[in-house]
Amino acid sequence: MTGMNRLPAPAGSLLDRSKTIAFQFEGRRYEGFAGDTIASALAANDVWILSRSFKYHRPRGILTMAGLDANTLVQVGDEPNVLADRRAISEGLVVEGQNYSGSLEHDSETWIEMFGRFLPPGFYYKAFYRPKGAWKFWEPFIRKRAGLGRVNTAAHHGYYDKEYLFADVAVIGGGPAGLAAALQAADAGAEVIVIDDGARLGGSLTYARCDSNGRSGSALAGEAAQAVAARANIRVVPGAVCTGQFADGWFAAIRGNRLYKLRAKASVIATGALEQPAVFRNNDLPGVMLGSAAQRLIRQYGVRPGREAVVVTANADGYAVATDLAEAGVTVNAIVDLRPDVLPSPHVTKAQQLDLRIIEGSAVVEAIPTLGKRGIMAALVAAVNDDGSADAAAESIPCDLLCMSVGYAPLAHLLHHVGVEFSYDKQTHMYEPGTLPAHLFAAGSVAGACDLDAVVADGRRAGWAAAQDAGFAAGAEPPAPIDRGALDQTHPWPIFPHKRGRDFVDFDEDLQVKDLVHGAADGYDDIELLKRYTTVGMGPSQGKHSAVAAVRILAKEMGGDLQRMNVTTQRPPFIPEKFGHMAGRVFEPGRRTAMHHRHIELGARFMPAGLWWRPAYYGKPADRETAIPDEVLNVRNNVGLIDVSTLGGLDVRGPDAAEFLNRMYTFTYTKLPVGRSRYVLMTDQAGAVMDDGVACRFHDEHFYVTATTGGVDGVYRTMLFWNAQWRLNVDVANVTAAYAGVNIAGPRSREVLQKLCTDTDLSPAAFPYLGVRLATVAGVPCRLLRVGFVGELGYEIHMPAHFGEHVWDAIMEAGKPLGIRPFGVEAQRVLRLEKGHIIIGQDTDGLTHPYEADMAWAIAKSKPFFVGQRSIEIQNAKGLTRKLVGFTLSDASAPPPEECHLVVRGPDIVGRVTSAVRSPALDKVVGLAYVAPDQAAPGKTFDIKVEGGRLIRAKVIPIPFYDPENKRQEM
Amino acid sequence: MKVLNCPLNGPRNISEFVWGGEVKPMPDPGAGSDRDWGAFVFLENNTAGVVREWWCHVPTSFWFIGERDTVTDEIIRTYPAGELFKERVEFAAKPKAGEGTR
Repeated sequence: MTGMNRLPAPAGSLLDRSKTIAFQFEGRRYEGFAGDTIASALAANDVWILSRSFKYHRPRGILTMAGLDANTLVQVGDEPNVLADRRAISEGLVVEGQNYSGSLEHDSETWIEMFGRFLPPGFYYKAFYRPKGAWKFWEPFIRKRAGLGRVNTAAHHGYYDKEYLFADVAVIGGGPAGLAAALQAADAGAEVIVIDDGARLGGSLTYARCDSNGRSGSALAGEAAQAVAARANIRVVPGAVCTGQFADGWFAAIRGNRLYKLRAKASVIATGALEQPAVFRNNDLPGVMLGSAAQRLIRQYGVRPGREAVVVTANADGYAVATDLAEAGVTVNAIVDLRPDVLPSPHVTKAQQLDLRIIEGSAVVEAIPTLGKRGIMAALVAAVNDDGSADAAAESIPCDLLCMSVGYAPLAHLLHHVGVEFSYDKQTHMYEPGTLPAHLFAAGSVAGACDLDAVVADGRRAGWAAAQDAGFAAGAEPPAPIDRGALDQTHPWPIFPHKRGRDFVDFDEDLQVKDLVHGAADGYDDIELLKRYTTVGMGPSQGKHSAVAAVRILAKEMGGDLQRMNVTTQRPPFIPEKFGHMAGRVFEPGRRTAMHHRHIELGARFMPAGLWWRPAYYGKPADRETAIPDEVLNVRNNVGLIDVSTLGGLDVRGPDAAEFLNRMYTFTYTKLPVGRSRYVLMTDQAGAVMDDGVACRFHDEHFYVTATTGGVDGVYRTMLFWNAQWRLNVDVANVTAAYAGVNIAGPRSREVLQKLCTDTDLSPAAFPYLGVRLATVAGVPCRLLRVGFVGELGYEIHMPAHFGEHVWDAIMEAGKPLGIRPFGVEAQRVLRLEKGHIIIGQDTDGLTHPYEADMAWAIAKSKPFFVGQRSIEIQNAKGLTRKLVGFTLSDASAPPPEECHLVVRGPDIVGRVTSAVRSPALDKVVGLAYVAPDQAAPGKTFDIKVEGGRLIRAKVIPIPFYDPENKRQEM
Repeated sequence: MKVLNCPLNGPRNISEFVWGGEVKPMPDPGAGSDRDWGAFVFLENNTAGVVREWWCHVPTSFWFIGERDTVTDEIIRTYPAGELFKERVEFAAKPKAGEGTR
């Protein structure tokens, strides 16, 4: 037997009674059925307290039974803030309450409620700041009590993923309106996707309602679901909550650990309306719930919601709740109707036939709690006066269940998200949507239709219109509903403030009527201000039950007209989303060069360079400090090989190729001879250095231009941007990935290359420094460049990428007798620094202009135009504020400073270190730094602030540090 | 997420695009005051209304022009750059005596 409150079948439409599931709550073992949620299984076992309220630690329990309130937040294992009325039980699930000391049942922090007077809204603005330093004392105490669940920072990252959906027509909401819309749109030929948050389709049909012929909601739901299943072009995503609508028909929905992203051509919002609570003293305690919650418990979960009930209502639905309770074996002691005259309806007739006591023109003004407020034992009922207030004289009616059916508010969040404006209807007392943007339609109670026939008709019309909008001709327009049935559904003032308070407007934030009244009196007289000052609507349920009541109260206080006031702006997400949903599975794309496997075989340690993986050095991490200098010295004294495939390569071709380069870069290229290369420096429109490389002329109308690994995509994009305007006769192709590349460098590099390259004369006379050649290396046609980045004799060899491994192998084989060794990015950085060569982005920042970095030599003197030219002139005329210089340390034994250590002069920061290393070739520290212009001459000294605030002295020395005459690279 | 209609590739998610700033005519770089040049480089009109902007479809590196209403964020029209830029642009040769030697 799983619970003393269990009702026999057919109650419990979501249950599979053949499967019993055991779980734990607060250390005790309980049993439920498959299909139960945590809340329903506990309710079946007569456990009604699920949480403790945020501020006052009052016991809380089921309110909506639909996952739309925060009273049911529990901790499930490592996961905090789980909605107990949404989460299904599973075997062995361990559930605990939140926000208590001791136990959920006996929370030792309930004393806080006694000090409620001192904790009004905004109390933290008015107290705890005097005397000076008081907040430092109070903050940890208060912080410890804030928040609900516990986060375990060592918790294992769960599996989350994403799915992308595409639809002609999306229908959000699988209730009667949504299903009618979906069927209509599908019949027109559209591909339809229905998103519904229930375990079964049908929305309110699954727990309530009957049509004008008296057929039950569940029968109608079953029929509609079958009709939907029969259509191949309707896809249903059940159990998914749509959390937001974004531009151009883009929706987000969550089911379990999956985030759906849906793109729809046209959409129908049929999300329904949420019952609203009545406001009276102790309306927050376990046992006080919405009428629809009681009906869900009975019909969906087969749980009797209480033993003795009072129903407070202002519409016919409350009578249906009462008769449902009576049929489920609950003693209904009274139906308290706020309306002076009850309008006839089949539900009223049925209640009368069951001889239920009906008290007209009255309200519940207080719920009498049991000991410890763990439930209620009676309701105080009083007559309602013409002005909406309640009489002083009240009758006490025993009950342990109090159901509220006093009205509805549309669940219109998805409409709010795209800026739909709402207006208050004085007849229906509900907010209704105004004009909808293109491709968006609304149907059912979210749009103000309440009568079931009206809802279905509304759905058909919306489905028809959406299909039409998406391009599917759908026959004649279905008729509009005659009577929307929205009158007499919602009471305009179900609010009965009590002089002793605890008449809650917002359960999440423990806000009473007087809190809002005082907030308005404090001057926060606009709903947006009142919200932020009192925090009404800012809790986990985000105002689903408090937004309308808050506006009603504010309107009354300010004497305002509800037609000119609005609920606060609703923003996504509709229910809480986890970071895991946003992050999904972690995909880290990486790019590998053609020689990747060779690097692994050679024991490379990889480092990321943008998306690429490059060898940093070869060897074990423990040997890093010797491996890198060894690689450096091998290049200086012998021959080394580095994979430079990641470097950018652009083929610039056409009659205007040279002219184009002249405009894109600072130097001139018109007269560059075929077979030669020249440095390229790119500046942006503001004159700041962007990228560099070399331009190799292979033909009058063909330049092969290199760029940095990280910069090439931006360079390519910039080139296309400018030529879109200049319309020069030139084509630019980004061939970075099409070519693999190596740099063979060192005094013996020619020796090695000569073994492999027999069709080209590699002698210094025939192939001088800065020359470029098309040559065959190891049988592969390659582009050969003599460049000087590392300051030794060397050749960059660029081959078609699929030959990369072959050429690498051939070179390593040919170099074996000479002791050729691979070298990585770290060694290359040391080698270039020994020559004082800058690295864009390391030794330059977003503002560096060429004069600051001693690159004026790369600026052509008499070009009509290049990008950045005018700005550089302006910068130069302003005078330098800093200068990049080479330096060494005055104390030869001091360790090198680190990048971004500051150059200081007295109290001022005048620059920073950009690169520094202990040079293996020179056995001293060398580096580059920005210093003040008057410190820039060789011989001047300056101070660097290092770890611990110590100052070390540095001395400016000329660049290059190594081989100042550049003889070695020009061999 | 907004959909932007690329003239080359058709409607694509806006995350595939990069914004390139307003379409601004470049003043003669050899003439005009430094102040005017600075205004061209750094300042935008910040119009509330229809603006003409550069957009790049990143996966295909295709630059084009879009007209957008900055008040409603409605994208009115997108078209290839060739519609506005038809003529080859030349920069007049100016001899600069002793310029920039430092």
